[in-house]
Amino acid sequence: MKRVYVNEKWCLGCHLCEYYCAFANSNEKSMVKALKDVVINPRIRVEEYNGISFAVSCRHCDEPLCVKGCITGALTVKEGVISVDQNKCVGCYTCILCCPYGAVSPKEEGVIQKCELCINNSHGTPLCVKGCPNNAIVFEER
Amino acid sequence: MPIDFLYPDYEVVRDYNKCINCRVCERQCANEVHSYDEEKNMMLSDDAKCVNCHRCVSLCPTSALKIVKTNHTFKENANWTESAIKEIYRQADSGGVLLSSMGNPNNYPIYFDKILLNASQVTNPSIDPLREPMETKVFLGSKPNKIERDENGNLINNLPPKLELPMPVMFSAMSYGSISYNAHESLARAAKELGILYNTGEGGLHKDFYKYGSNTIVQVASGRFGVYKDYLEAGAAIEIKMGQGAKPGIGGHLPGTKIVGDISRTRMIPEGSDAISPAPHHDIYSIEDLRQLIYSLKTATNYKKPVIVKIAAVHNVAAIASGIARSGADIIAIDGFRGGTGAAPTRIRDNVGIPIELALASVDQRLRDEGIRDNVSIVVGGSIRSSSDIVKAIALGADCVYVATAALLALGCHLCRSCHTGKCNWGIATQVPELVKRLNPDIGYKRLVNMVTAWNHEIKEIMGGMGINSIESLKGNRLMLRGVGLNEKELEILGIKHAGE
Amino acid sequence: MLKEGQIRIPSGCAISGIFSKSGKRITGDTIIKSISAMHDRSNGLGGGFAAYGIYPEYKDYYAFHIFYENTASKKECEDFLERHFDIINLSKIPTRKTRNITDEPLIWRYFVTPLPTKLNESQLDEKEFVARSVIKVNTKIQGAYIFSSGKNMGTFKAVGFPEDVGEFYMLSEYAGYAWTAHGRYPTNTPGWWGGAHPFSMLDYSVVHNGEISSYDANRRAIEMYGYKCTLLTDTEVITYIIDYLNRRIGLNFKEIAEIVAAPFWQTIERMPKEQKEKFTYLRNAFSSYLITGPFSILVGFEGGMMALNDRLKLRSMVVGEKDDMVYIASEECAMRIVEPNLDKVWAPQGGEPVIVTLNGGVEQCR
Repeated sequence: MKRVYVNEKWCLGCHLCEYYCAFANSNEKSMVKALKDVVINPRIRVEEYNGISFAVSCRHCDEPLCVKGCITGALTVKEGVISVDQNKCVGCYTCILCCPYGAVSPKEEGVIQKCELCINNSHGTPLCVKGCPNNAIVFEER
Repeated sequence: MPIDFLYPDYEVVRDYNKCINCRVCERQCANEVHSYDEEKNMMLSDDAKCVNCHRCVSLCPTSALKIVKTNHTFKENANWTESAIKEIYRQADSGGVLLSSMGNPNNYPIYFDKILLNASQVTNPSIDPLREPMETKVFLGSKPNKIERDENGNLINNLPPKLELPMPVMFSAMSYGSISYNAHESLARAAKELGILYNTGEGGLHKDFYKYGSNTIVQVASGRFGVYKDYLEAGAAIEIKMGQGAKPGIGGHLPGTKIVGDISRTRMIPEGSDAISPAPHHDIYSIEDLRQLIYSLKTATNYKKPVIVKIAAVHNVAAIASGIARSGADIIAIDGFRGGTGAAPTRIRDNVGIPIELALASVDQRLRDEGIRDNVSIVVGGSIRSSSDIVKAIALGADCVYVATAALLALGCHLCRSCHTGKCNWGIATQVPELVKRLNPDIGYKRLVNMVTAWNHEIKEIMGGMGINSIESLKGNRLMLRGVGLNEKELEILGIKHAGE
Repeated sequence: MLKEGQIRIPSGCAISGIFSKSGKRITGDTIIKSISAMHDRSNGLGGGFAAYGIYPEYKDYYAFHIFYENTASKKECEDFLERHFDIINLSKIPTRKTRNITDEPLIWRYFVTPLPTKLNESQLDEKEFVARSVIKVNTKIQGAYIFSSGKNMGTFKAVGFPEDVGEFYMLSEYAGYAWTAHGRYPTNTPGWWGGAHPFSMLDYSVVHNGEISSYDANRRAIEMYGYKCTLLTDTEVITYIIDYLNRRIGLNFKEIAEIVAAPFWQTIERMPKEQKEKFTYLRNAFSSYLITGPFSILVGFEGGMMALNDRLKLRSMVVGEKDDMVYIASEECAMRIVEPNLDKVWAPQGGEPVIVTLNGGVEQCR
């Protein structure tokens, strides 16, 4: 299964992946309409320290701790992709605590969000990969 | 102070309707032009620092930015142009020599744009490159003027060492130091995939790139940086740099701040010392000294590698080339006045040297007049911008071309001409690690391969149209060219007829 | 209107050749009949013949055939010849007035041999001495043009249809073991007498149908070695290249074909190692002599003939054999009209030379 992998050697810390992620999950057709005067809350986040930076998003683990910890069964694995049923999520934030990578984060309405490889939005293929200007983020099978 | 105030050349124009405050422009500008004002929740820009490199424009996800030339003007003056005036201000301020990067940008004639190509019709069919073989393979080196046979009467291969290229293009010299490690890696990998060669320039060869040796030309310049036995053995050919088109008569200059770490190791000079190449090679004051160096290099490498001599196109380039052709060189590389550079004094770059088209035509004709054209191959550079320039150069008499500025453009350069500041936003002409990161060789080498491959296809299309299916028959074939808008003297020097004749 | 030498005139044409492997000499009637069958391939602006073995009584002397525009140029040229050569015999070339051949120049023939003192002084070998003298006359003496300079052979050419040219020169009165003929179809007027084919230098003669795209590349390369392409025709440069590669470098005709019509790299890649190395060497060392563009040439030389097409076979050429006679022509009809019962007829491939020699048989290479 193809996953999003990050190479910190090429990450420039430009944060464009965050904005493309926010746009992808906004249900808008134009990035300006989606993000103008909006404080973004993307599912991929750039972590920077001491001159090194890279983007962190859900690894779609083979044995996901978040799914194990989910009390309502909102988090499920479908063909390797871990997705959230927003209707079932009660916002207990157990998954956020469980995830060893910090890939899960709260959404505005009290529920949680995480990278779902842009399968459920109009883009079909991860937009962070397309938007990265330096091939630091790739979408491949390993 | 008011007296040295220079209004910024470029203004950043931001469409605030489109700007989403993603701050990528701020993060990616090495000149600190953009900043985010928290209070007002908007992006601001300091135009004075903008060098027009387009990094922010290219990365802006909503295309909210553009850079325009300021319309702040001096009174119109065809003699005292704006740049002439500003250069005086800068010199009055600094007392220093003006430095510039990349090639001569001024309005001199471009002869390639005044030369037109032929196509076959009726009496001689054109050839379809998609369906028939179309050959662009070239050999660079000396041709023999006699044959030798063994005891069975079979021909013996008496050719001296040569280079075999699948297409008549090579990457020209750009030193490690003037450009980044990642840029060199992109050039080396692209050269390997294409089967052509790239050139180390005068910065020596980084040890990580010895594995690309069979696709490398190692350069011996006046400073002899990085030259030692293994270096000479590593390359496929050795190039003696006598001159460079952008700055004929003077040597290179890399400031001490850039001589750190790997640069210092590769050049074999102490960290922090300025790398100033001497103007001449101090052991070559005459043509016979050059001959001596050529043979020393050949002896050091056991006569296994061809030697290239690179000269700048100056007034008596034909006579110089004639001397070089008789001194044991296998290939002569001529660099025209439009050639690029990491840094050169502005006045030298803009006023010294002659166009490559004229230099090539006169060198080719002079060597033929003296009957020695077969002693050497000729490689030309100094603004080869497209495949049609390549075809015209070969028809004028070149065997192969050198490209450098075009290669950098493929790698992302936007010709902002600020290389000498060392803050190249595209990761090419810089040694700052955060900036060098921006050039990912996985992307860079592919773009170089794409560009050269595309040119090769175009060359084949043009050749097919002319009814030629092997590039040997295009070399020196001046009847395939016609001039437009050239005067008699120019036509005479180029050795071509006017369109309509 | 400019004539050849001042402007380059492309043309389409017809060629024909007859060779007797046993050295049997035949008159010019046969070749005239052959070329006249291809009348429509010419437009009357040039025709010519080359014949080998026609001067047996003078076979050790060079036979110079010369055009003169006027008597002044004749005088100047003869002065030059007298200074450099021993003139054994001289005369006008006998011609018959024909209605279709007009404006003829003065046409003279000299049997000469280099003056021994001059030859010694020059430190050249005899052939090089003669070649240089011919080039000197043709470039330096206005109005004089030596159009044939071989031993025991001669070319005869004019502006007109080849059959008329043959009649004009009374070729039925000559007998040779090898004949080539050419009819020309230039696309500009005028044709000039000197520009008709064959072109010859020493005993090499070339008739050619085609228009090579590599002309200027070839010309600028060969002119480095003392040749001067004054006519600006394809045939001239091809003849000089053959003279250079054969006489001065020492390559045989098969090797010359391998250079001039070299196979494509993709073909060379598939050859066995030794052959691949040889072809790569030839293509590299003599790259400037590759000829691209359509051509079909008949090269006559002392004791033999070679037929060769360009690699893409963009012009027609067929070969026919009967007993000891070999026929080569642009069209089969030109062979059938003189020999209806051929033993064998075939079309050589592009780039494949057919070399015939006295008592050597027909060698079809590659």
